[in-house]
Amino acid sequence: MLDLQGVHKNFGGLQAVRDVSFSVPRGAIKAVIGPNGAGKTTLFNLIAGNLSLTSGRIRFNGQEIQGLKPHRIAALGMSRTFQNIKLFHGMTALETVMVGCHVQSRAGFLAGMLHLPRTWTEEREIRERAMELLELLEIADYAQVEATSLAFGQQRAVEMARALATNPRLLLLDEPAAGLNIYETAEVARLISRIRDMGITVLLVEHDMSLVMDISDEIVVLCFGEKIAEDTPAAIQQNPEVIRIYLGDEEEALL
Amino acid sequence: MGVRGKKYTGLTVLALLVVLVQAVTALTGTQFYLTQLTMAAYYTLLVIGLAVVMGYAGQISIGHAGFFAIGGYLSAALTTHSLAGFSGHPLVQALGRAGLLMAGQDLYGEEILVVAPWAAALFAVITAAVVALLLGVPVLKLKGHYLAMATLGFGIIVFRVVLASEYFGEADGISEVPAFTLLPWGPVQVSGDFGLRVQNYYIAWGILILGLWLLLNLIDSRVGRALRAIHGSEEAAEAVGVDTARFKLKVFVLSAVYAALAGVFLTHYNGGIGPSEASVMKSVRYVALVAVGGMANIWGTLIMGAGLTFLSLRGVFGSYDDAVFGLILILVMLFAPDGILSLKLRGFSVLPGRRVRNLHEGEGGDA
Repeated sequence: MLDLQGVHKNFGGLQAVRDVSFSVPRGAIKAVIGPNGAGKTTLFNLIAGNLSLTSGRIRFNGQEIQGLKPHRIAALGMSRTFQNIKLFHGMTALETVMVGCHVQSRAGFLAGMLHLPRTWTEEREIRERAMELLELLEIADYAQVEATSLAFGQQRAVEMARALATNPRLLLLDEPAAGLNIYETAEVARLISRIRDMGITVLLVEHDMSLVMDISDEIVVLCFGEKIAEDTPAAIQQNPEVIRIYLGDEEEALL
Repeated sequence: MGVRGKKYTGLTVLALLVVLVQAVTALTGTQFYLTQLTMAAYYTLLVIGLAVVMGYAGQISIGHAGFFAIGGYLSAALTTHSLAGFSGHPLVQALGRAGLLMAGQDLYGEEILVVAPWAAALFAVITAAVVALLLGVPVLKLKGHYLAMATLGFGIIVFRVVLASEYFGEADGISEVPAFTLLPWGPVQVSGDFGLRVQNYYIAWGILILGLWLLLNLIDSRVGRALRAIHGSEEAAEAVGVDTARFKLKVFVLSAVYAALAGVFLTHYNGGIGPSEASVMKSVRYVALVAVGGMANIWGTLIMGAGLTFLSLRGVFGSYDDAVFGLILILVMLFAPDGILSLKLRGFSVLPGRRVRNLHEGEGGDA
């Protein structure tokens, strides 16, 4: 589904991502973990097209996507959420999710301005699909509320509904549990599993170990921009290198 | 459903109001007001087009007087400068055969041959659209005050060109612009003829209402949502597949077309155009009208745009005209960033309301 080969990203002299390669198999939930500043979000921005690679290759569904604009990548069936939620100020939750249906619909400037009958059906379908997604995420009650005035967890849910509205084959989730309590995190874990069961491959960046260990099929560990491990959750928990970067050296701990 | 109902209620009320105002002026013998109301309608056409760029798509242009001038000046020049001296030229003959030329007489009874107003109008509007496209491709990559500066520069260029060019009449502008006959089978024409004052009032407001209907539809549509999404977060709009660069460009061109149409019609109505129509102060005025109307509030923009332009044209602000609009812009930015109408509705809750909004913007910002 997604295949990274030798991905590099330099910001001036700083090597934010160094020679990272891994692949995400179809139908899997794969997680990228690592301490703060490990380059997780940078990696996400590289995959989604928000940043350009310094070198390396990214293939999505067999097609090379490095260098494409984010909207082109979205149209190919890759959708994302943001670590610091990015909603549209002044739009209701429903409208926000309806924007997510953009690539699945066609009405242009002229059709919109003339309010052509053929746009009516499309509008109704978009609205219905958006409502379905709000129901899936259990926020349908807030459909008419301005999205930016919702509670934090609900804002995340709106963002996820918007991402799902693009009908993605691969969903990138950037820290979906950040700022949530343990109950909400458990909710998110269940939701991600359900999304996978809908046939959508998931790649997530996450801090919360419990979430990652419970739901991931495979985990990639990044540290200072380099991949230091890639394995199943059980094996990652036993990996001495991973334990060292997360808990520190024994000597350091003794000091 | 509710939104659509509201839209048509609003348009109906506006249409009734237009008729009512005309009836009142007829009954009270104050038909002279119709002249400024007609002119105000054309300026407002430009302003609502700009409102979609600024309020909905979140881009700024301090150069829209430039597009107005391209529309007005080109249609004025083409319908005024006689081609009679070049009647042997193959190009002129080809234009004549295509039915694009119009014969007539000038003030002194001399035979003249000019481009027909509809053809000139079409050429002027297409030129404005092409210029907007060529300008928009590089300029819309800029954000915030960089975009403002670039569009300001464009406005200044147009101003200096019309001021320096003999073809466009230099400081005198162009006068003796003929009437624009809209329908070939009837005496329906855009002109400043006193006998056609009522008719022209209805033509102007009819065009404005039509333009308004098209924009209201647009805002309600898939494209409108995408534009508002670009305003909210360009990055997130891209992430769901909105081609932000393309949409910004298209809406910019659309607003340039509105501005050019306003220029074309007002020039034929006034019978001329002068360089002040291309001046930077005009562009600033349009921005002020959009701001005072509430940015993302096309009805508010319409009301404030038509109202303040009417007062200005009546000379209420005297020689402080430009200063008044500058002051309005400053006051609105300071005290009512959502427009004057929001101020009235929310009364004293204005300040807390703003704080809440700013807080949310902070959350949505970059880390």
